[in-house]
Amino acid sequence: MTEPLDNLASLKPGEKAVIISFLDEDLSLKLLEMGCTPGEEVEVEKIAPFGDPIAINISGYVLSLRRAEASTVQIRKIVLDN
Amino acid sequence: MEAKDTIPVISRKVALVGNPNSGKSTLFNALTGLHQKTGNFPGVTVDKKTARIKRKFQGKIVELHYTDLPGTYSLYPKSLDEVVATTVLTTDGNEDKPDLVVIVADATNLKRSLFIAGQIIDFNIPCILALNMIDEAEKADFHIDKDRLSNRLGIPVIEVSAREKRGITELEDLICGEAPEPAYRFIDSSNIAEASQNLIKKEINSELKDYQALHKAHRLFELSAEWNEKLGAIGFSPTSAQAEESLLRYGIIGEHIKECTGKKAERPPLNRKLDKILTHKYWGYVFFLLIMVIVFQSLFFLAKFPMEWIQAGFEFLQTLCIAYFPKGILTDLFVNGILSGLSGVVIFIPQIALLFMFIGLLEDSGYMARVTFIMDKLMRRIGLHGRSVIPLMSGMACAVPAIMSTRTISNWKERIITIMVTPLMSCSARLPVYTLLISLVIPNEIVLGIFNLQGLALMGMYLLGFISTISAAWVISKIIQAKEKSWFVMELPVYRMPKWSTIFYTIFEKVKVFLFDAGKIIVAIAIVLWVLSSYGPGEEFQKTQLEITILKTNSVGTNDGTTIQNIKDDKSFLSTNDLELKKLESKKLELSYAGRLGKFVEPLIRPMGFDWKIGISLITSLAAREVFVGTMSTIYGTVDLQTRMKQERDPETGKPVYTLATGISLMLFYAFALQCMSTIAVVRRETKSWKWPIIQFTFMGVLAYLASFIAYQLLK
Repeated sequence: MTEPLDNLASLKPGEKAVIISFLDEDLSLKLLEMGCTPGEEVEVEKIAPFGDPIAINISGYVLSLRRAEASTVQIRKIVLDN
Repeated sequence: MEAKDTIPVISRKVALVGNPNSGKSTLFNALTGLHQKTGNFPGVTVDKKTARIKRKFQGKIVELHYTDLPGTYSLYPKSLDEVVATTVLTTDGNEDKPDLVVIVADATNLKRSLFIAGQIIDFNIPCILALNMIDEAEKADFHIDKDRLSNRLGIPVIEVSAREKRGITELEDLICGEAPEPAYRFIDSSNIAEASQNLIKKEINSELKDYQALHKAHRLFELSAEWNEKLGAIGFSPTSAQAEESLLRYGIIGEHIKECTGKKAERPPLNRKLDKILTHKYWGYVFFLLIMVIVFQSLFFLAKFPMEWIQAGFEFLQTLCIAYFPKGILTDLFVNGILSGLSGVVIFIPQIALLFMFIGLLEDSGYMARVTFIMDKLMRRIGLHGRSVIPLMSGMACAVPAIMSTRTISNWKERIITIMVTPLMSCSARLPVYTLLISLVIPNEIVLGIFNLQGLALMGMYLLGFISTISAAWVISKIIQAKEKSWFVMELPVYRMPKWSTIFYTIFEKVKVFLFDAGKIIVAIAIVLWVLSSYGPGEEFQKTQLEITILKTNSVGTNDGTTIQNIKDDKSFLSTNDLELKKLESKKLELSYAGRLGKFVEPLIRPMGFDWKIGISLITSLAAREVFVGTMSTIYGTVDLQTRMKQERDPETGKPVYTLATGISLMLFYAFALQCMSTIAVVRRETKSWKWPIIQFTFMGVLAYLASFIAYQLLK
């Protein structure tokens, strides 16, 4: 089918993706409440000094989460092919 | 004026609910002004801001009881703050259960705000949606069709800007108006965990709405062992039920957003630029440090002037009282007991106000969240959470509210460590102790061109507090074991110009709490101390007392000889009588109950360079550190404490008592020892056991003794 899924922690600043699913059930509840629903577009806004945590742009606001937490969010990268 | 007593009075409980950073507190301030009070929710120490306001509306008087609930993202609580909000909204029969909820939504972030709004609608609570910060949304060209949204949600929707005081009167009219239940439900939750809903309806209340039953199933599953088993037996899975609900909600929210709003709001470009600097890998920390330097330098110097005025005012008052009040025991109690104690309280106000101003500015501007963001990785290394930064920084004002603010840390281990180490941060109660001692033993000089040496010494004490906090956290994190997961998911709010009125309310509130809570203790202790130092056991005390009286009657030179405080600094003016009197006063204090208590502990504190007078102050300031200054004033019977302490000589060696060694040793003692009853009480409340406060008191006491002992022995 299509290419395998990436996780959110693998994105670089400025890269965009679409949320597909979650690997951590408890964490997913929190993320869902905060508006990180499957199908929603995310963009990595910036990465904190020392590489952790990261900040993402989601549904019009900035959410920060740790790298380990981001790695439980499965995404599909949006590749802008001109 | 006619028929005044026939005007009907309606009473209504109104709760403000909303996400953190939705401007809820600003709206609460705009609605209630100075009528607000801070208390506690029953059984927990979560701050509860309330206000009672009477308002005329359509020929009736409406008595509004406002409550500002802690910010929350949903009705499924993850921290103690959120538990309170959920309990108040969803438990029948609790005293705070609102008749009407004002849902405060950030208009620039409508999507997420509609999540909690939907839950409240489905709970069938009468509510109003207030689209706050509408001015910012307009500026960003983000349009919301509020009438359409209101029609779709089945509740009134109103545009407000709490910061610009826009739409407040209209909101108040709505609050006083009909307050009907929502016209229809937000989502159809009848299919989510249907069997569990039916069981709840059957066994508890058949009248419950679908969502009320579902929510009850969630809460009971978590809180009651019996229900946990019952619901588990019919296959209730809270995780999948909650996930299903959230997805359903965001599906509906997506439709509302599509139908009622224009193009998506972009983040202001200035925000990105600011973030680039403030969370930069070098500049971010440089800026943070710079802010701290500015805060402490201005804390020392801006506060100096009002503090001098306050002191001068009290001195003037004392002179007045001595001159015009009849001589006697009551005047003595009033002047040397109550007034001295009171001055020790009031003198704090400039510093407390300034510190809370700075913390308020950092918090309200959105900068504090960035500090959390850039510090999380570092904090985690020592077993803390990025969120620990806020309690730790608030700890520089006062450990009591700081420890309460650890409630936002959901992980037990990280929370306990934060609680344990927060009192090591330099709180404002240490400030007067440091201020006094620094001005006594550190010269007032300028070094490196711009830095004042005393200011640097103060910063050094704060730095020491910070370093010991970090080290203690690291050590404790190695001792405590826990497997619980720690989360960081947190919003980085948009930078905003802080609102001065909001800061003003915070300052007003904190100063009030300090004046009445700490002030009470300090004045009470001042009176006890006065008694202890004015009376003593045995004949010798009586004899000395008599000698003083005789000497005073014969004395010439001092204005009337009531107290020794009027003796001028210049020794050449001191008559032999005055010197004799001073010696006798000192002897009297030594023989008094207070003196004996001080003498009793003297052997223990000698190695740290402290005499029995300091001993008395150490004992009394077990109640609260700032009592030290007040006690010293009472012991020396003066408000011009600095001058008096500089003159203090060791009766045996004749050398000054307050040398660099003693000063540093004393400051170190205050830096480490847990000399604060309120902190002990609040740690006990927050951890629900005596174990933690006892451990904390002991380890900090041992640290204090060792540090003071080593410093004095090295420096003397």
